[in-house]
Amino acid sequence: MHSNGFFLKDVAGFLGGYYTFIALMNGIAALLLWKRKNQTGWALVWAVFAGAMMVLASLALSGSESMVPALPSGVRTLVNKLSGPMLYTVGTMALFTALFVFRKFFVQPMVAWSILNIAMVLMGLSMADENFAAIVMKPDNVPIVGLVFLLAFFTWVATKQAVVNDERIKQGLPPMEKLDDEKVLVWPDLVYTELICMVAVSAFLLFWAIFLPAPLEEPASSVKTPNPSKAPWYFLGLQEMLVYFDPWYAGVVLPSLVVFGLMAMPYLDFNKKGNGYYSIEERKFSYLTYQFGFFVLWITLIILGTFLRGPNWNFYGPFEYWTPYKVEVLNNVDLPQMFWVNLLDRPLPRPPQGAGTLTQIGYILLREAPGLVLLGAYLLLLPPLLAVTVFRGFFAKMGFIRYMIMANLMLLMLTLPIKMILRWTFNLKYIISIPELSLNF
Amino acid sequence: MAIGETIRNSQIWKSIFRHPMPLDRRNRIVVMLTNFFLHLHPVSIKKQGIALSFTWCMGGVTFFLFLVETVTGVLLMFYYRPTLEWAYNDILALRDVTSLGILRELHRWGAHAMVITTWLHMYRVFLTGSYKPPREFNWVIGVILLLLTLLLSFTGYLLPWDQLAIWAITVGSNMARATPFLGYEGPGQQLLTIGGIDMITDGSDARFGLLGARFVGEETLNRFYVLHCIAIPLAVALLLAIHFWRVRKDGGISGPL
Repeated sequence: MHSNGFFLKDVAGFLGGYYTFIALMNGIAALLLWKRKNQTGWALVWAVFAGAMMVLASLALSGSESMVPALPSGVRTLVNKLSGPMLYTVGTMALFTALFVFRKFFVQPMVAWSILNIAMVLMGLSMADENFAAIVMKPDNVPIVGLVFLLAFFTWVATKQAVVNDERIKQGLPPMEKLDDEKVLVWPDLVYTELICMVAVSAFLLFWAIFLPAPLEEPASSVKTPNPSKAPWYFLGLQEMLVYFDPWYAGVVLPSLVVFGLMAMPYLDFNKKGNGYYSIEERKFSYLTYQFGFFVLWITLIILGTFLRGPNWNFYGPFEYWTPYKVEVLNNVDLPQMFWVNLLDRPLPRPPQGAGTLTQIGYILLREAPGLVLLGAYLLLLPPLLAVTVFRGFFAKMGFIRYMIMANLMLLMLTLPIKMILRWTFNLKYIISIPELSLNF
Repeated sequence: MAIGETIRNSQIWKSIFRHPMPLDRRNRIVVMLTNFFLHLHPVSIKKQGIALSFTWCMGGVTFFLFLVETVTGVLLMFYYRPTLEWAYNDILALRDVTSLGILRELHRWGAHAMVITTWLHMYRVFLTGSYKPPREFNWVIGVILLLLTLLLSFTGYLLPWDQLAIWAITVGSNMARATPFLGYEGPGQQLLTIGGIDMITDGSDARFGLLGARFVGEETLNRFYVLHCIAIPLAVALLLAIHFWRVRKDGGISGPL
């Protein structure tokens, strides 16, 4: 799309160092595995891989732009064409499901190491694309890249221990954490760890500060609105929700519910197991709920909002140029419109001229009846219905109030994915739309 | 060695450290009890409780980053003036001409890192089920601290007074305009009228309270500066103290019962 000669010269040096780093990482891994004797096969694999990375590094540093390793442009075009909010969300959801279901396979160190390598090489190959690099290398976006790798790493660390513990508990053994319950003195065992941590964090922060200048754009101007205008990165998940909901719900009510729900969590989770050690099997419901909220509804939305939403908050593929002239057809329809006009082929109920306030309210209620009935059923009928079916055990143990709070928080959290699906499948804009009260849902 | 010995035997040294070097078991216990900075810790701890694979050290790193932010922040306050006339120029000078302008980089990247480590700390506490009784209330304090961390970062985002800053804050604070009943574009605000006069206007709603004005301007800069440098850090410091105290009182670092 754009000639990237000048750009590649800038990024080639970085990529050279980047591939050398991967080579070094794998070289060390190979050495460690070789010393263990029983893993010589893997040691050879990573040694060869390290060699391949050195080849990529030297290609990147060759000084010729055509030699810098990059994804074939056909692949990039295909990815751009295929990607969209629906595929992204459904795809990440499927990925998380696969990671969860086959967690015993994925936590094996060699599998995890392979995935890390694949992710890093894909990242490097993508960085050679001008449009991709322009967004990822924005100084304030760099932390998100770090966050993704850190989350992947720590999720691996936790899941690995949970898998071991779950296996032990099945055999009637205590969790691994129980084995080391002899006491040690805080000085030196903990104090020195803390000291080393402080030195490491300081060194890391200094390194980061020296090599990446903090962003400073043009002086503030209240008349020059940038396109896209984005909130700080940690709020971009909330900004992404604005696609599906009005600000009063996406920006005020839902975030408040997130905070309230997090605070309520310890009082709603009556399961006494899994306290003080990593475990999944013993607390599947709370585990899956938290992971769904954290990864699907928070982290992936932040990534979507940061890297894939461009001018006018339109969706752009990862290798797509952020042209402000991209036009997206908006043909979303409200539910009353769908019900009265499209289904019953009648005009929307409208109060007669000069009607009193009560009549007007009556007509609004009639107009919004389909949405109000649906929402009422969802929030009022579903909790008791669940209490006697799926959540029968929960209801018995939690009691009425705790159960109702849990069920309602759960249902309100699920309004987001439900609205997403309704938007993608039926182009539904609002379920309830009362402009008279600025109330759209 | 002799000099070291002399110093350690001097009256000044002994008045500061009331016991010999923590080289034997007895003094390693005494140092934890008598040193102000160490007394937050217990004397001894379960071995699994300090395993890095268990704790990830993220709570500690978050606290350390808070200290880094405090120190770099105070130093930056000597230089930066939160007015429309000077804010941007001071940051520009920090980048281009001031010695130790790197303090701004440390402060900004430390802030981003702190948001991330807070999330990771919370993630670990969840995954180990450490919010369960008796630690429920400490989790609640943690959630408030998470909120305050995000607000600290958000208020600081405005201070450089560049395009990135004011538009991020504009977008972020526009949400408050839609607060139910209390925002002038929010649902239900039409109902709050007295004698036909709207109580909720763009000059009296939740967003106005946040910004101190109808749009992000000098009043907002001042308001966010005070929140960022004084109000929120004080709240965080108090809650941190309670958070740490409760860790000890609720039975120390969690572990299988």
